[in-house]
Amino acid sequence: MAKIKYALYTGCTARESTPELLKSTLAVAKALDIELILLDEASCCGASHLQDFDDMLSLTLNARNIVYAEKLGFTMVTICNTCQLNTSMTKDRLDEDSNLKDTVNAKLKEVGIPEYRGTVDVKHFLYAMLDDLGLDAIKQKVVRPLTDINLAAFYGCHNIRPSHTQAKNNGGENPYKPTSIDNLILALGGTNVEYEDKNSCCGFHVELQNPTTANRLSANILSGAIDNNADAVVTPCPLCHLRLDVQQHNIEKEAGRDLSIPIFHLPQMVGLALGLSPEELGLQHNIQEFSFIQ
Amino acid sequence: MKNKELTFKVFRFNSDTDYLPHYDTFVMKVTKDEVVLDILNRIKWEHDGTFTYRRSCRHGICGSCAIKVNNKPTLACKDNVFELVKVFGEELILDPQDKSRAYKDMVIDKKPFWDKYKKVKAYVIKDIQETPDFENIVSPATNEEIDEADYCIQCGNCYYACPSVSVNEDYLGPSALTLAFRFNADSRDEGKQERLKIVDELGGGIWDCVKCNECAEACPKELNPIAKITKLHNQVFEEGLAKNNIAVRHSVGFKTSIKKIGLLDEGELVRFSEGNCGVLKHIPEAIAMFKKGKLTLPWNMPESKNLDEIQSLIHIASTAKFKNI
Repeated sequence: MAKIKYALYTGCTARESTPELLKSTLAVAKALDIELILLDEASCCGASHLQDFDDMLSLTLNARNIVYAEKLGFTMVTICNTCQLNTSMTKDRLDEDSNLKDTVNAKLKEVGIPEYRGTVDVKHFLYAMLDDLGLDAIKQKVVRPLTDINLAAFYGCHNIRPSHTQAKNNGGENPYKPTSIDNLILALGGTNVEYEDKNSCCGFHVELQNPTTANRLSANILSGAIDNNADAVVTPCPLCHLRLDVQQHNIEKEAGRDLSIPIFHLPQMVGLALGLSPEELGLQHNIQEFSFIQ
Repeated sequence: MKNKELTFKVFRFNSDTDYLPHYDTFVMKVTKDEVVLDILNRIKWEHDGTFTYRRSCRHGICGSCAIKVNNKPTLACKDNVFELVKVFGEELILDPQDKSRAYKDMVIDKKPFWDKYKKVKAYVIKDIQETPDFENIVSPATNEEIDEADYCIQCGNCYYACPSVSVNEDYLGPSALTLAFRFNADSRDEGKQERLKIVDELGGGIWDCVKCNECAEACPKELNPIAKITKLHNQVFEEGLAKNNIAVRHSVGFKTSIKKIGLLDEGELVRFSEGNCGVLKHIPEAIAMFKKGKLTLPWNMPESKNLDEIQSLIHIASTAKFKNI
């Protein structure tokens, strides 16, 4: 089989407040023999906020990012749910509306950027791994199964909703019953925890203007995971991770109960099973400690 | 496959007599054409006459029979049972839209939901003569602006799926905001500014949307309420009504940051949004992040390659204005 190659859109968070996400993604890709080519020219996706202010600007910037992946000709892979949705929604809108595509392309042309053609797929690393490599191939590379570790999958909104966009460009799982991360946990030898809020919202996007809402929503997730005996939560989204890991003390304050639990980035969990060291996976950067890892 | 024997676990509660709700289990043979409403009817007609639920048109237009099946917002008369079985298996759990507001079984008190329509003035605002001598004609092109928002059947599926509503009773929610958009887009209406001031309030308005897309998923008419909420955000800027507050600065701050480094300067965005005093409350997290090497200091800030290209693009593609940004 030819080597799998992707154009990696890191997003901003993996280059700043969650360096462990980029580190573990690169390490896992190497261990799985996937080549990632970083899109260093890409800009921020606007994180679902820029479009509230200036929709056209948000569209044009995202179109430019996709153009750089089209230049390479590889699937554009994201490691942040919100980057994924902003990029795939841009793709959706441009692919479906030729007038809009022409308007955006005219702007790109003015700056000397090649036109957006819509020739590459945009996928989160989770689904790229599952689709192109497959669960069995990952399973075969497990050298340190996550035996006796109870893991609560937390999917994050922007990787599962809206389902019509996710079906076209991403994992296409049922937002009311997502299964991919649970299946991955099982393939890595771990135990998946069933709890109600695995597909709900962490509240990240109102964290600044309404921390009470954000903390209450996050509290539902952490308490659901803990009350169902999870040892750790695992998420494919660095924004959910910032919320559940960095803000955990504020979530506990709002909930009025102990909610301490470590939070994995998805590739950190995968990497651990593949035999990578905690340092290689940047676990030292996570705020909440992993007491069960030697 | 003609029939399936399915198990229905059904939420039961009578607010006049019960202290706590319970679930009743009904096992039934179901055929491939039956919708959830058929099941509700059969429970009442064949098993328990006291079972209570709302229903009326049976054609997906009155919005009364909305409930949740395995937590999925469902319009009972529209959703096919076998389709639900494909996702959730052969045991289906039928709940009212909001268990905490149950009167009796599937019937809930929807007063807060209806009150929010009143709050956003979901009607055409215009001074008109009682005996006008001309018609208010809406052209097909102007009607397009409404973007199908007038197809809302007010079933409440989006409202009761909204996580922000579930933890903040002040949040107007996707249903009322969709109608606020609908009347703002109506060419006969003169209440746009008034309505925008209402939906722009922090704590209960558009800035409290958590962007989860639950509403887009829940709407049986596929009206994509979150896209309407985004348009309301845009209108607030277009009409020059945007206030200099934390939420507005947060959304505008992305542009200033991208213009500077192509990427988001996360720390600077928090400072810009919160202001120099407000940012101080984030010191505990900043210290914890610094200790773990999660805080990017100004001299280590990454920058996009070909930044000048991004800056030129921002220059020509910007369509919105907030103060001088």
